Amino acid sequence: MSTWHLIIDVDRCEDCNNCLLACKDEHVDNAWPGYTAPQPRHGHRWIDVRRKERGEFPLVDVAYLPLTCMQCEQAPCIEAGKGAIFKRSDGIVLIDTERARGHKELLDACPYGAIWWNEEEQLPQKCTLCAHLLDAGWTQTRCVQACPTGALRLVREEEADFAARVEGEGLQSLLPEAETRPTVVYRNLARWEGIRVAGTVTLARDGVIDCAKGARVALHRGDAVLRETQADAFGDYVFDGVATGDYAVTAELEGFAAGEAALSVQGSCTADPIHLELRQELVSE
Amino acid sequence: MALAERQFAMTLLGLDFLLKRAARRHPEFAARLREKDLTAQIMLRDGSQGRYFIIKRGAVSSKAGLHPRPDMAMVFDTAAVAVKLMKPKRDYLEFVSALKNFEMGLDGPDELTVWFSETLQMMLTAGTEHGTDVGDGVRRYTSNTNGGPVFVYVKHGKILRITPIEFGQDDAQPWTIHARGRSFTPPRKTTVNSHTLAWKSMVYSPDRILYPMIREDFDPQGERNPQNRGTSGYRRISWDEALDLVAGEIQRVKRKHGPGAIMNGSGSHHTWGILGYWLSARMRFFNLIGWTPVAHNPDSWEGWHWGAVHHWGQSGRLGAGETYSTVEDCLKHCEMVVFWSADPEATSGVYGAHEGTVRRQWLKELGIPFVHIDPYYNHTAALLGGKWLAPRPGTDSALVLAIAHVWMTEGLYDTDYVAERTVGFEKWRAYVLGEEDGVAKTPEWQETETGLPAQDVRALAREWGRKRTYLAPGGLVGFGGACRTATGNDWARGMVCLMAMQGLGKPGVNMGCMQQGTPVDTRFFFPGYAEGGFSGDLHGTAMSVTMYQRMPQLATVNTSYQVVPRLKIPEAILDGWCEGYPTEPRTIEGQFRRFEYPAPGHSEVKMYYKYGGSHFGTMTDTNRYARMYRADKLECVVNQSIWFEGETKFADIILPACTSFERWDISEFGNCGGYVHHSFTQNNHRVAVMQHKCIEPLGESRSDYQIFLDIAKRLGLGAVYSEGMTELDWCKRVFDATHLSDQISWKEFVKKGYYVVPAPSAARRDPVSYRWFAEGRPKDTPELQPLPADYTEKFRTGLQTQSGKIEFESSSLKRLDPDDPERPPILKYIPAWEGPHAADLYEKYPLQLISPHPRFTFHTMSDGKDSTINDVHDHRVLVDGYYYWIVRINGADAAARGIGQHDLVKVFNDRGVVVCAAQLTERLPPGTVHSYESCAVYDPIGEPGASPDRGGCINLLTPSRMMITRSHAMAANSCLVEVQKWDGG
Repeated sequence: MSTWHLIIDVDRCEDCNNCLLACKDEHVDNAWPGYTAPQPRHGHRWIDVRRKERGEFPLVDVAYLPLTCMQCEQAPCIEAGKGAIFKRSDGIVLIDTERARGHKELLDACPYGAIWWNEEEQLPQKCTLCAHLLDAGWTQTRCVQACPTGALRLVREEEADFAARVEGEGLQSLLPEAETRPTVVYRNLARWEGIRVAGTVTLARDGVIDCAKGARVALHRGDAVLRETQADAFGDYVFDGVATGDYAVTAELEGFAAGEAALSVQGSCTADPIHLELRQELVSE
Repeated sequence: MALAERQFAMTLLGLDFLLKRAARRHPEFAARLREKDLTAQIMLRDGSQGRYFIIKRGAVSSKAGLHPRPDMAMVFDTAAVAVKLMKPKRDYLEFVSALKNFEMGLDGPDELTVWFSETLQMMLTAGTEHGTDVGDGVRRYTSNTNGGPVFVYVKHGKILRITPIEFGQDDAQPWTIHARGRSFTPPRKTTVNSHTLAWKSMVYSPDRILYPMIREDFDPQGERNPQNRGTSGYRRISWDEALDLVAGEIQRVKRKHGPGAIMNGSGSHHTWGILGYWLSARMRFFNLIGWTPVAHNPDSWEGWHWGAVHHWGQSGRLGAGETYSTVEDCLKHCEMVVFWSADPEATSGVYGAHEGTVRRQWLKELGIPFVHIDPYYNHTAALLGGKWLAPRPGTDSALVLAIAHVWMTEGLYDTDYVAERTVGFEKWRAYVLGEEDGVAKTPEWQETETGLPAQDVRALAREWGRKRTYLAPGGLVGFGGACRTATGNDWARGMVCLMAMQGLGKPGVNMGCMQQGTPVDTRFFFPGYAEGGFSGDLHGTAMSVTMYQRMPQLATVNTSYQVVPRLKIPEAILDGWCEGYPTEPRTIEGQFRRFEYPAPGHSEVKMYYKYGGSHFGTMTDTNRYARMYRADKLECVVNQSIWFEGETKFADIILPACTSFERWDISEFGNCGGYVHHSFTQNNHRVAVMQHKCIEPLGESRSDYQIFLDIAKRLGLGAVYSEGMTELDWCKRVFDATHLSDQISWKEFVKKGYYVVPAPSAARRDPVSYRWFAEGRPKDTPELQPLPADYTEKFRTGLQTQSGKIEFESSSLKRLDPDDPERPPILKYIPAWEGPHAADLYEKYPLQLISPHPRFTFHTMSDGKDSTINDVHDHRVLVDGYYYWIVRINGADAAARGIGQHDLVKVFNDRGVVVCAAQLTERLPPGTVHSYESCAVYDPIGEPGASPDRGGCINLLTPSRMMITRSHAMAANSCLVEVQKWDGG
């Protein structure tokens, strides 16, 4: 049996919110009997684009995470719903608008916070993966259709094919520790979850400070070299996906004495600048 | 009886038959006939022949001959003329010619003559099928917006959904570019902006104005109470009352004060469409009544118009550059892209939806390095990555000089190009190197101005000097927030000078960021809005360039020579005097023509007829506008608006306009034309769109076209305004004027709603912009500018400048005033008059505020109005039940002020106070704060114009000083403020 899968690429999301607004266009003021009641005009974000800044001015990175119903295989909401929430054979999890009425506690069942409370209807609501459209022959959801960057894709695949895709594309689940087995998966999730360390290497020559383009930069922990990279034209380097802890960063460039900076990582940060001086023997020449 | 007379008799008899048949076949036409009972005479002027038609309770009868007392008459000079003009497919050149030659006329009250003429037209279009039945009682229409064309699904007369347009099998295939071993083809669909997806919520907004209103304490016969504008309530009135009132006021002020007493201004961007646009219906109407136009400053171009134009011409583009075929050139040859004050992912160029996004992603996939120069780590930078350099606002010209210094001292520029294609380099080099003033403009020198480390600037200059580089100055070439600083003209001048040093036009060396310059068919004619629709205006629009000969129409001419500069409306009204400089596309020197208000022999403005409500959000120091409304200088204020917002609430009479989804129009995706000639090269596909009347107007709202017609009828101008046409008829006239009519039938176009213009073969693609210039050939790109007289040597040879070359030393500025300290002939660094060099002010207000063009709205479109946009995290923040505008502030600046995430703060200076929600960010350097302009809500907590605004009109804080004296230019991004926690008082 093939099932639907939304694939979200964090690297391609730019917070344009076309997904959120297309969802609102589809659901606000529109009832889709058998699927869901109208969404309130404000407050609900059935797909919610979250923002995270990594690092500090000026070496900052910004990542966005569209968060929506994960259409889980082991959905805690289904268990909590006692029949009010169900999963269809095509993988879509739906809330029964009659049986779920009044059950605000169902919001707490979702570890992703993807269920919203409709005060007027006294109803828990969430993304339906536009099931009313897919059932009518559409091949994509409103959010996928409106996404201009390719950050959102929708596929319908057999289990084995999808498993191969997950493996091949390096797709990941959000909050795997919740053991909900989401069928909505992410690409480049490290951009959201990882710790990013950035820094700059400069050099001095003839009394002028310049960017140490091409400097070899290494991340050390104790005696071990964990990562190596090269400073770019602006002397900047980045190590992404760094674990918390204490490190040293070294920089080397032909003709210059090596430089080093100590680094304590609690979260995404900027390393102390490393400045390279000409090697003494070259200066004396 | 001669042949022509026999044909006329047959035509009249045939008309009887056709009217009856249309009524039988089409219920909507039968209903139309039931609207009025009348006797309409059609006759020859000499009374020798005629037939009269009696319409009574929906039934039509007719009789040959002349009726003794017809209610109205349609009169032709001869039978031959009548036969020619009564053909179902008449030649509009003949029609307009006959009107102007008095060979055809209408006698009788406008109400009847216009109705009868429209009815004859409707007979021809009745039953035209529009839209596609998609089952389940749903019909899919098409429309167009500032943010892309759309399908509109309608059920039971209500909009169900609005989506991008996905092309069908029968639509044209897109282009493919082969570069670096890969093939690049865009997806077969249109993209849309977020604000386009919020349209349904705006159509059904609780802030819609659903019926005409009058301010409750406005008595046109007695006390008008102008001091209460902005605070008084409103009372509902009927359309007849409202129209009589407005028409009566128009007559009264003309009678009492004379020419120029009526001023009109629009929001600079109304709803989309060729016909219903501010450059079309509005211009036609006001030209017919005589008016003082509000002259627009070039708010998106500013520095380009007042600065860059003097170095390379391009006045037809207000100083911006051409960009033909740069997408292919960039993909093939470019090695680096420098985005300088360019955030196309936020601003979409202009009207470009997300068309450019996929193309920039191609560059990223190819591994092309990017540099982003912007005080804010903008959305393009966040998507694409690259080096971010954040100069202090208004110091970009110092950075320009330092880059040039590195190139000059390290030999990193194109000496041959500079020698052959430019003039005045030696003079500028002497200044840059410090030979003129003893100050070398080194990277170290610029550090104290911009705050950028010298080594970063040197690294940038070296990379740029060694790589084939595209410079994107603004998301659209010739835009960019840096052009709206006190040094905006210096920055724009610098962009041209830097490109001149690197060989503008050589392979891979050009301007843009893949936003413009797709290989679409530029030879397929379809007008942009700037071509003026049916305005008939040959002076204030681009109609005379490409439109008039294709769509003949009655020309309209404003008889008032008086103009009020938009940024000085309050001074004009309150002080009764101001000066201005024109936004002038025809020549470089046109902008030097200083003018004054009032114009000689003209009345001061007494009646302000405003179209939309946007100035508080989009102009500068906008408390001034509130104070103007509340003074007693304006006798009458009319606002014609869709929503009850912004300055709409300062009107005496409010006329409710409907949205573009509730009326007919026709247009093209992203085609504004005019100053952004061929703007559709931002799009992956050219898409012409029938803007269906998807639903009936809400409440009693009417189309702008209809409102103007209804007033015109009361002034005896009905037929002159409409030419007897309906809005749908005008759509057909536009359709016939374009190349569409060669490719698709009107019937099919109206039904399907869109047409994708096929991409030209690779061999038909346009040449790359400025390649001709770099190679010393005649100009071969498809634009008409400069005007023939502006070539110095030979037509199509060289640039518009006096030398025909890029001028480091500007000949036009030298001729104007070689000693102008604000705008010397060569680019120099002149510190911004509001910024760190304004010592006392900077001490009091130590934060530099930038307010770029917004991301989630188009000007004020889509903000407020209870639209769904308000739920976007980065647009507004809900605090205690109120959606507050956002001010972005560096974490260190926030901490120093005890401000936390989403705390309410007051952003303030001597000009005003705006209450915002704080967003703490590392996307700004300390010392710079960021808040988008174009808020639609003005919500003062006390006296309007003199109290804090919690709506978010950040422009209450921006300076109204002109960028340079000889300009009409805003410098909104040179603005000093302080930010403090808001304590509610």
